[in-house]
Amino acid sequence: MLADTKLRARMGVMVTLVSALALSACTTTGGSGDPASASAKSDDKEFAATPAGDPVFASTYKPFPNVATALTGATVYDGKGGKIENGTVFFSGGKIVAVGGPDTPIPADIAVFDGTGKFVTPGIIDIHSHLGDYPSPGVEAHSDGNEATSPTTPEVWAEHSVWPQDPGFSRALANGGVTALQILPGSANLMGGRSVTLKNVPARTVQGMKFPDAPYGMKMACGENPKRVYGGRGRMPSTRMGNFAVNRETWLSAIDYANDPKAKRDLGKETLVGVLKGEILIHNHCYRADEMALVLDMAKEMGYKVSTFHHAVEAYKIGDLLRENDVCSAIWADWYGFKMESYDGILENAAFLQREGACVVIHSDDQNDIQRLNQEAAKAQAAGLRVGINIPDATVIQWLTHNAAKAMGIDDMTGSLEPGKMADVVLWNGDPLSVYSRPEKVWIDGALMFDAMNPKTRPVSDFELGQPGEGDVK
Amino acid sequence: MKRLLTLAASALALSTPAMAQDVTITNARLVLGDGSAPIDNGTVVVQGGTVVYAGPASGAPAGGTAVDAKGAWVTPGLFATVTTLGLADVSAVGETNDITARGTPFSAALDASTAINPTSQHILVHRAAGITRAATTTMPAGSIFAGQGAIIDLDGDPRPVMQARAFQMINLGEGGADRAGGSRVAAHALLRAALREAQALVGKTGIPETTEIAKDDEVFLGRFDAEALVPVVTGRQKLYVAVDRMADIRAVLALKAEYPRLDLVLVGATEGWLVANEIAAAGVPVIANGLIDLPETFEQLGATQSNAGRLAKAGVKVAINAATLQDPRRLQQVAGNLVALTRMPGASGMDWGKAFAAISSVPAEISGMGGKAGVLKPGALGDVVLWTDDPLEVGSVPTRVFIGGVEQDLTNHQTRLRDRYIDLDESDRPKAYDW
Repeated sequence: MLADTKLRARMGVMVTLVSALALSACTTTGGSGDPASASAKSDDKEFAATPAGDPVFASTYKPFPNVATALTGATVYDGKGGKIENGTVFFSGGKIVAVGGPDTPIPADIAVFDGTGKFVTPGIIDIHSHLGDYPSPGVEAHSDGNEATSPTTPEVWAEHSVWPQDPGFSRALANGGVTALQILPGSANLMGGRSVTLKNVPARTVQGMKFPDAPYGMKMACGENPKRVYGGRGRMPSTRMGNFAVNRETWLSAIDYANDPKAKRDLGKETLVGVLKGEILIHNHCYRADEMALVLDMAKEMGYKVSTFHHAVEAYKIGDLLRENDVCSAIWADWYGFKMESYDGILENAAFLQREGACVVIHSDDQNDIQRLNQEAAKAQAAGLRVGINIPDATVIQWLTHNAAKAMGIDDMTGSLEPGKMADVVLWNGDPLSVYSRPEKVWIDGALMFDAMNPKTRPVSDFELGQPGEGDVK
Repeated sequence: MKRLLTLAASALALSTPAMAQDVTITNARLVLGDGSAPIDNGTVVVQGGTVVYAGPASGAPAGGTAVDAKGAWVTPGLFATVTTLGLADVSAVGETNDITARGTPFSAALDASTAINPTSQHILVHRAAGITRAATTTMPAGSIFAGQGAIIDLDGDPRPVMQARAFQMINLGEGGADRAGGSRVAAHALLRAALREAQALVGKTGIPETTEIAKDDEVFLGRFDAEALVPVVTGRQKLYVAVDRMADIRAVLALKAEYPRLDLVLVGATEGWLVANEIAAAGVPVIANGLIDLPETFEQLGATQSNAGRLAKAGVKVAINAATLQDPRRLQQVAGNLVALTRMPGASGMDWGKAFAAISSVPAEISGMGGKAGVLKPGALGDVVLWTDDPLEVGSVPTRVFIGGVEQDLTNHQTRLRDRYIDLDESDRPKAYDW
C-alpha cells in the first residue's frame, strides 16, 4: 500500500547521499563536447543544454542474446482475447514470428519446449509500480518515490530515483512473470512528476532498463492524499476543491507557457506541455467515481486526455462514462476499506467495468502483489461469474497484458503475442488463473531471463550478495 | 434490473438473535481441517451448536435439517490470527481506529476485548469470506507491548468475545526497538524490567516497586501494565513475540531460560527457516509470514516464501500470519500459494491438507482453541462453511456459513453496493432509490 499508508512514514527528511561511485561516474561521462560540465567560463563558447524534446537519459537497453525458440502443445492466450488450445508460439531474433495451432510451421534446429499441460501468455505488465523508487529494504535513505515538497512537481522524473538493485524486480520476474512495468511517482501531491516504463531486466543503471521508445507518463492524484499532506502543512490544497483549483491554475500556466515562444525553459511546464500535446500520458490516482467525473471535465477544459485512472475502486459506478471517454481503470481485485475513499471497494469492480465495455487493467502498487497479478485477476473474474458476468480466461489475461500496454502507450511493441512484436513471453506450469500455477520460464525480447528449472537463472541483486538466502528460491 | 435485492431482506436478520439449528450436511467434499486430505461424499452433523460427527457418509447419525452439498467443498470455518478485526472501521480514519492509541500512557494493560465491534464491516466482510473465529489485538504505539488480544467469533451477535485477554503481544525487532527508545537492547531491558515487576507483584522475586517506567512524557510501563503482565510471567497467558531476524528469534527462545514459565509464540519469524531446528526443539509455535520474500527491512534479509514450509518440515507448528496481509481474507490465497510451492524446484511448501490446517486448526490450537475451532470433529464448535470451489483457490468464496450451528447472513456493505450497481440503469430513478 505504498501510495497510502506508508506514505507519511516515508515523507520525512530525505537525505541525499552522493556516493563515491556516483561521483566517479560523473567524471567519466563528460566527453569533450559536454558544455554543461565545463566549470571555467570561456568567452568564445556558447553554453547550451540539449534542446528540450531531444532524447536525454536515453535507454541503453539492448535485448540479451537469445536463441530461436518454439513453445508447443500449450494453451496459448494471445493477450488480446484470443485462446489457442494445443498452440505453438515461435519467436526468433527477439520477436514473435508465429502464433498458431499445432500445425504452425517451425524450423528445425531450434529450441523447442513441450508445453503440454502448460500455458503461454504475453509477459505480464504492471502499470503501477514503485519498485526502485521505494525499494527494499524500505529504509528512509531509500525513500525516493515522491518529491512531495510542493503540491505540484511535474518537473521530477521517476527514473532519477530508480535504484536498479531493488530485489523487488527479480521477484516480479520470477514469481509474477512481469516483463515490463511503469514506475510512478507517489500520490502525496497533485502532480507527482513523470513516470518511466522499464523492461524488467537486471541492469547496473536505470538507462539499462528503460523501455526503448515508451512514452512518458505523468502521475496525478485526486482526493485525500494531496489535501491531507498540504492541508496538514497549513497550505493549499486542504480540500478537494482546493485540489482542483491548484490543478486548473497549473494547467492554465502551462497553456500560457506553450503559447509563449520566448518563455524561459521550465522543466515542469515541459512535462505539462508534453501532456497537452498528447505525447505524455496521464495516469491519475483517483478512487472515487465523482472525482473521476470531475477530472474528465477538467481534462476537457484544459485540452488533455486521461489515459488511466489508478486505484479506481469506484470505477464500477461510472463504467459507462469511462467507456465513453476511452479511459482505462487500473485497479486492485480486493483492496477496500483502508482509507475513506476506498470504503466502497467491491470485488466486482473489474467485472462491472467489463460489462460496460470499459477498459480494465489489474495493477499492484505493491512489491508483493506485483508477484501475483494473475491471481488478483482471477479473483476479479470469479466475482463477476458469481453475478452472471462470464468473462473468458483469455479476456482476463488481456487485463494484465494488452490493456496495460495500451494504457502505457506500448501496445504496438508488446502486450500481445503477434508476429513482429517483442518476444516477451511467459510459460506457466499450469493455468495462470489458478493459485497453484507459477511462471516456469520468462523471456524478454526472446532472451530467457528466468527459468524455474535452473537456479542460476534467478537474478540476485548486488544488495543480496553475501546475505542470508542469497540465490535462494524466493 | 431487479435481481439480487431479495438478499436485502436478510440484513434484518442481524437484529434478531438466531438460534442454533441441528443440521446434517451430506454429499460434501469434506475437509476436516486437521491436516488430512479431503474426503469425498462426506457428512457433517451439527447438533446444539456442536459438531457431533464429521467423516464418511457411512457411520453418520441422522437428524436435523438436511443440507445436500451436492459435492461442494465443506470445511471448518477459517481461524485468522493475528488480526485487528473489530477494532477499526477505516484504519486511516483515526476516529474509527481503536488499533493503536498514541496518546495513552497504557500499553500492556490495553485490553482489546473492551472495544470489539461485532457489526464492523470488516467482521461482516470476513465472515462472508469464511473466517468464523479470529485472534484480534491492539498494536503497539508508545511501548513494546501491544496489549492483550482477544479470541473472537464473527457471528455478529452481541457477544463477540470468546476469550478476553488470551494473549499479550510484544515486538522485539526493529519496531520494538524504535518504541523502546531506539535499540533492541533497550527493548530487551524494558521487557526484563517489566517481567521483573510482574514477578515482584506475585511475590516471586524482588519488591514491587512499580511506579512507572517513563522518559519525558512517554510511559513505557505503568503499574497497571505491570499487573497485566502477571499472567504472562506466570505462564497463564501466552506471550506473542513479533520478531523476524534470526538473531532476534534466538534471543526470544533464550528468554525461556530466564523465565521458564513463559508460554511463547513467535509472530512473523521471516528468517525462522534459518533456525527452524532450534524453534522446533524449543517447542515454540510460529504464526509465520507466508509469502514475504523481499528484504523489506534489514531484519528480513533471508525472506523466502519457503519459510513456512521449511519450518513445518522441521517439525514446528506453523500457522499463517494474517497481520502482514492486505486483509485477513487473503489467508486462503496464501495457503494456496504454499501448495503451489510444492511444484517448484528447490522450494518448500505444504500439501493441501497441511496448508488448509495452517489457516484453520493450527491457528486455533495456538490460540488455545484446539479441538474447538478450525476443525470438524465431535465436540468442536459448529463452524461449517460451504464453498463455491476449492477453498484455497483464488476466487472461491463461501456459499453458506454456519457459526456455532447458526447459519449466518452473508450480506454487507460490499454486497449491497454490488447489488445496486449490477447495472447502471437510472432511467426511472437515481440509484439512491435502488435498495
